[in-house]
Amino acid sequence: METVLAFVIGGLYAAGVFLMLRRALARVVLGIAILTNATNLLIFTAAGLTRGEPAFIDEGETLLSEPYGDPLPQALVLTAIVIGFGVLAFAMVLIYRAYRSVGSEDSDHMTTTEFEDGER
Amino acid sequence: MDIALAVLGGFAAAAVAPLVVARAGHYGGYLLALVPLAVFAFYLSLAFGADDVAAVSWTWIDALGVDFSFRIDGLSRLFGLLISGIGAIIVVYAAGYLKGDPKLGRFYLFLLSFMGAMLGLTAADNLVTLFVFWELTSVTSYMLIGYKHEYQASRDAALQALLVTAGGGLAMLAGLVLLGIAADTQSIAEINAAGDVVRDHHLYVPILVLLLIGAATKSAQFPFHFWLPGAMEAPTPVSAYLHSATMVKAGVFLLARVNPSLGGTTEWTAALSIAGGATMLLGAYLALNQYDLKRILAYTTLSALGTLVMLLGVGTELALKGMVTFLLAHALYKGALFMMAGAVDHEAGTRDVRHLGKLARAMPITAAVAVIGALSLGGFPPLFSFIGKEVLLEATLENEWGAFWLLLAVVAVSSPLLVVAAGVIAIRPFFQAGGEPPKHPHEAPPSMWAGPGILALGSVVLGLAPVLGQGWLIEPAAQAVAGEEFEVRLALWHGFNLPLAVSAMTIAAGIVAYLFREQLRALTWPVESRVAGTVGPTRGYEGFLVGIKRGSAWQTRKLQHGRLRRYVATTALATVGLVALAAFTNGGVPLAFDVGGVHFYEWFLGALVLGGGVLTAVARNRFFAVTAVGVVGVGVALIFLVFSAPDLAMTQLLVDVLTVILFVLVFYHLPGPMLQARRGVLVRDAALSLAVGATMTLLVLGVVHADRPTDVSEFYAAAAYAEAFGRNVVNVILVDFRILDTLGEVVVLGAAALGAYALLKYRARDPEGDEQ
Repeated sequence: METVLAFVIGGLYAAGVFLMLRRALARVVLGIAILTNATNLLIFTAAGLTRGEPAFIDEGETLLSEPYGDPLPQALVLTAIVIGFGVLAFAMVLIYRAYRSVGSEDSDHMTTTEFEDGER
Repeated sequence: MDIALAVLGGFAAAAVAPLVVARAGHYGGYLLALVPLAVFAFYLSLAFGADDVAAVSWTWIDALGVDFSFRIDGLSRLFGLLISGIGAIIVVYAAGYLKGDPKLGRFYLFLLSFMGAMLGLTAADNLVTLFVFWELTSVTSYMLIGYKHEYQASRDAALQALLVTAGGGLAMLAGLVLLGIAADTQSIAEINAAGDVVRDHHLYVPILVLLLIGAATKSAQFPFHFWLPGAMEAPTPVSAYLHSATMVKAGVFLLARVNPSLGGTTEWTAALSIAGGATMLLGAYLALNQYDLKRILAYTTLSALGTLVMLLGVGTELALKGMVTFLLAHALYKGALFMMAGAVDHEAGTRDVRHLGKLARAMPITAAVAVIGALSLGGFPPLFSFIGKEVLLEATLENEWGAFWLLLAVVAVSSPLLVVAAGVIAIRPFFQAGGEPPKHPHEAPPSMWAGPGILALGSVVLGLAPVLGQGWLIEPAAQAVAGEEFEVRLALWHGFNLPLAVSAMTIAAGIVAYLFREQLRALTWPVESRVAGTVGPTRGYEGFLVGIKRGSAWQTRKLQHGRLRRYVATTALATVGLVALAAFTNGGVPLAFDVGGVHFYEWFLGALVLGGGVLTAVARNRFFAVTAVGVVGVGVALIFLVFSAPDLAMTQLLVDVLTVILFVLVFYHLPGPMLQARRGVLVRDAALSLAVGATMTLLVLGVVHADRPTDVSEFYAAAAYAEAFGRNVVNVILVDFRILDTLGEVVVLGAAALGAYALLKYRARDPEGDEQ
């Protein structure tokens, strides 16, 4: 399955980067969303996949018994999902604000931090 | 231990100097002079102590072999005595010169720090220790030259000196590192004791060139000489201390220090003789057309520095003796002359010799100092510098190097020019009539003539009885420079010989030249002013500064263009390129294709996620794109669920739902259809994106079948219940073992929420302050 997911991840990266190369800021943020998913999947896959063996210690046991899905990348990805959402939410508000300020969602109209003449 | 105290005591004194001056005013200067005096006494005790060498060392950076170490030999002692002795005199002199200056406390802070740096530099045994103190002298001298920071000229001169010397310092650092590698030790004493190791090393030429650049910038050798006359913007105590006796000799010190390990080769002799000879000649000549006392002195200092470097280049026993003798003589008379110039400036209000005259009546002691200093500058007997010049001539005449006549010509031309400078300094302002100084001159206060008087007296005493300085001071220093034992016997009278004859001829030529100086100036000035205006190194320096500014402006325009998608494209391209390069240089990545055992619903999940991604990328409608992104999120959640990560699946699903809701809310406010790019642009971007995707696919394929360390996972598997009493290992990691990470995550989310809130509430204001 890792081989299949490798191509899925590659496809997601291609889609994400393609979206981030667009001038429309809505697409840029969509691209960030796709890249977040791609990266989470990358970390998850790179550690190796195990089917149907969550890292739970059974009742009455004190040690995790083999086989089990590696808990370490899962902990990392869990953090990454939440942080990724924070970044995405902020980016969305930012493009909304930028659109309201500049009157355009074209990132090429946002090449300077100063107001240009006649532009608010 | 007491070595470190003596070397670093200057910094301690510097720290309290502003407090002392705040309490005691300029009298605080007299109090502070006790510190350099104590250091002077310490170095004297070393000179007459039982051991020839005193050393102390601490481990600094063990892994790099860097020690914080001092080792005081004959050469360090000579420099230490000059730095602390003249330092004490300067501290007293500055109390008179800068009396009533509100920044006097700061001045002493910088001056004493500089003294500490200079002592550290000359006592350092480790290459890195040496470099640190070397740079400290650059920084403190920047502060001192820019002391009158209200003036543009002062700031420019300080910056110029810093850029030139610190730039050279960088070259020197590279040279020192290479030297450490070549010698396999960072102890200068060990390097010098190792014989031909460095000279025979294949890095010898780079080391020599880099160290030479460092020394030449610091000691103002041609073509880096231009900063020294500029540095005359500094207050005169600074010029007297830094630019005659101490800092500008640091480069000479460095060359002398490494002479036993680097010197004596053809490259060394050629480079140093040429640079030194050129500087010697150029400095002596450039003094001719100057009228400012300090600038005349600055150019003659250049000449003297060139002489020292040239003698190091010649490198014979006699030349090294001459180098040390001349160094001592020069420090004595040039320090005195600078302080004399400051006294004249202080009392008469100008340093321009054309506006000065008959000062000898009003300022007899200063005049006496000027006469003795000028006679020393001209190399007249019976002063100490006459002996130095005799040895210099002797060394030049017995020189076996092929360019012997060239060196002799340099000496023969520059010596008379120095006699002219001496005459201009001493005769014109003090004994000739004419000139209307802005102030009515009086004799300077004792604090301003006592010090230079002592130095001038030193020139006379050592000239009449050189035996007083040779055994304990000059001989050990010359031996340390040469790295071998020999005797130094100096005498005023050598009998009638060739050096005496040449000396007499140059003095006679000098007197003639002085009498015809106006004609000489009329002859040379038109050429000189034209050359300096077109091709001089000052022009090069200015062009360099302008070029740097232009270059950085150009680079900023190119790199910081403000277009988001170009940044993304640059990043993507660099990632692909670097990964490809790494894969290529490592001989490719082993890939494993294995699709056996994949369930049919897993194929479906993969297709779902991939299809969602592609649809998002090609969607023309925002809400269609949002739907597709939602599908990607759900598909990823399902993959998590299938492969043993229920917690991830749950979180992912929740976040995905929230994401879609947020997208819809924001997109609802955005205008009509999304921008569409031209076909060519789309094709180009698609190609780049596919390259990135392919790179990531190959990376994953390369990684999944590689061996991974599992000990961290195993630790958590074993410790989750035993130590943290939790059965869900992923949860235990997040809320127990890595709880601080989770706290950080909460903080990030909070910051993002606050930022989003602020953005939504923010109302842009235009420059007039109207609300938008």
